[in-house]
Amino acid sequence: MFELIRANKRRSMLLVFVMLALLLALGFTIGFAVFPPRGFWAYANGQRYEVMIPPGGLIGMGIAFLLWTIQAFAAYFQGDRILMAASGARELERQDAPQLFNVVEEMTIAAGLPKPPAIYLIEDMGLNAFAAGRDPQNACLAVTAGLMGKLNRDQLQGVVGHEISHIVNRDVLFMTMMGIMAGTIVLISEGFVRATYYGGSGTRYRSSSSREGGGAQALLMVLAIVLAIVAPLIAQLIYYACSRRREYLADAGSAVYTRYPEGLASALEVIAGDAQLTASANKVIAPMYIVNPLAGAQSLTSWSSTHPPTEERIRILRGMAGGASYANYAQSWERIGGAGRAAMPASALAQTAAGEIIAPHAAAQPPLMAAAGTADFKSQISDINSQAPTVPVQMAVPRGAQPAAAQAARMRQTGDWVRQLNGFRFITCGCGARLKLPPEYKNDKIMCPRCRAIHATSEATTDLPGASA
Amino acid sequence: MLPLIIAGALGLLVVLWVVGVYNGLVRLRNAVKNAWSQIDVQLKRRHDLIPNLVETAKGYMVHERETLENVTKARNLAQSATGVANQGQAEAGLSRAMMSFFATAEQYPDLKANQNFLALQEELASTENRIGFARQAYNDAAMQFNNKVEMFPGNIVAGMFSFAKAEFFEIEDAAQREVPKVSFS
Repeated sequence: MFELIRANKRRSMLLVFVMLALLLALGFTIGFAVFPPRGFWAYANGQRYEVMIPPGGLIGMGIAFLLWTIQAFAAYFQGDRILMAASGARELERQDAPQLFNVVEEMTIAAGLPKPPAIYLIEDMGLNAFAAGRDPQNACLAVTAGLMGKLNRDQLQGVVGHEISHIVNRDVLFMTMMGIMAGTIVLISEGFVRATYYGGSGTRYRSSSSREGGGAQALLMVLAIVLAIVAPLIAQLIYYACSRRREYLADAGSAVYTRYPEGLASALEVIAGDAQLTASANKVIAPMYIVNPLAGAQSLTSWSSTHPPTEERIRILRGMAGGASYANYAQSWERIGGAGRAAMPASALAQTAAGEIIAPHAAAQPPLMAAAGTADFKSQISDINSQAPTVPVQMAVPRGAQPAAAQAARMRQTGDWVRQLNGFRFITCGCGARLKLPPEYKNDKIMCPRCRAIHATSEATTDLPGASA
Repeated sequence: MLPLIIAGALGLLVVLWVVGVYNGLVRLRNAVKNAWSQIDVQLKRRHDLIPNLVETAKGYMVHERETLENVTKARNLAQSATGVANQGQAEAGLSRAMMSFFATAEQYPDLKANQNFLALQEELASTENRIGFARQAYNDAAMQFNNKVEMFPGNIVAGMFSFAKAEFFEIEDAAQREVPKVSFS
């Protein structure tokens, strides 16, 4: 496990350097093109020397580096809060969601983190979760209300395990830093391209350039423009590639911590089956979610995807035959796609992986597959368990797929729970309807919309009858 | 002169190596201690939760005095146990008592609908999980430490400073591991 993190760190450092080199090269070229080098005639000992200095390139590099440093500092110290604010999350107290807190604390223990992350709720009925924060001491974890409503305890645990794994692997810090670098590159490139397009600096400097003049300078300008167009693309590809890799690692981490890969697998199935997008998501936060919040139900694998295709992640988790270790995950990962698969289109994947462990259309029929998959898996696990006492399976028997009616009821309950957090008050009418009073409702009386009985507002309580969110 | 320098350098290397291994051992031993204290916290939490549970259930399970008493007894036994192995056995007994308690509670729908009971049940289930996870972490730490203590060349340094192996925390007892006998008479 530690070797995995260390190997990951090494690769990460390399990518950071590539990204930084890209950033500096971009700054240098643009600077060079905008402020061309000037020749000086220097006289010494009666001789005339030509001295060329390239101030523009250095200035450009300096500006690029400075921009990045400022943003990186802001992200390092405020990143978690900025992210949480950007996604409209609010911090939860223990009494708001005891089960969620329990699950998070369990995973904290399993992962050996020094303390549990702060827990946030995103009031959104889409199904998603993400983690933020620069290190385990300053981590936070956000889940959407929809996730709380649709997942059972084991599934929630799988998702939380995935997020905790991101925190353990420092993915959050790394992805934030990479994101900032990619963002800076985009910023500089766009600024430059626009400035050139609107007839800014380029021509002015070209006309006043030194004797070497036109040709070389024009070439530099073209080079700068090409780089400005290509660099953001490269930066984003690097960024996405890192993101995908880390998703697999976090999935493996979740399986190891929960000792129950089926939890996350069925959670991903539920999430994939839910077409609702997370409205509060945006491009920058996207890689931090458990599934890509911007792609719909089926996200195809491609160079420009932050997450591996969900269906494949499920297959890998289910393919971890009889064990819940990193080695098991790696084996399954190799069997199901192999290393080069990130570049492969989804259709090719479906062909190569068909007939392995799980039928290719597993995601299309979640309840059946979930039930069959778990039973099978349980027996395999218990086999292994008797051989290797240090890798026990901790989870209770899964509750399986919930019937639609029960799920609808849970969603309703979750909605009420979110309202309760927002200061709504409730009146349960004699006819069975539950009236929800927003905090700004100031009238003394309110009429039940179903049976038209009049209630006094003073009857309202902040308690939720029968809620166990 | 040169041989002296070489010998000195070699000696220094050996000393540095011993220091490195020693520090590594201490770090691992502290990790084991820390992991154990994590288990301890969770076991204590379980012991604290059980009286509340029994108190809540008492009103509903009037005919199940024995089950409730068993839980209380097992809990007191576990609370007073000392040492890794003893504690493991006592906790196993408590787990069994809890299991039969929850099985019995299934027959009391009023109890199962009680908010307080549901909350306690969630807390206890979570505590069970935490104990399990903490046990994993402890056993992992203990195994790492033991490997270092027993394997060459670490065992030389471990022997020099008398590092003792860590005990594993097994919550199942011998009886539980036996194949259950089924009779059809």
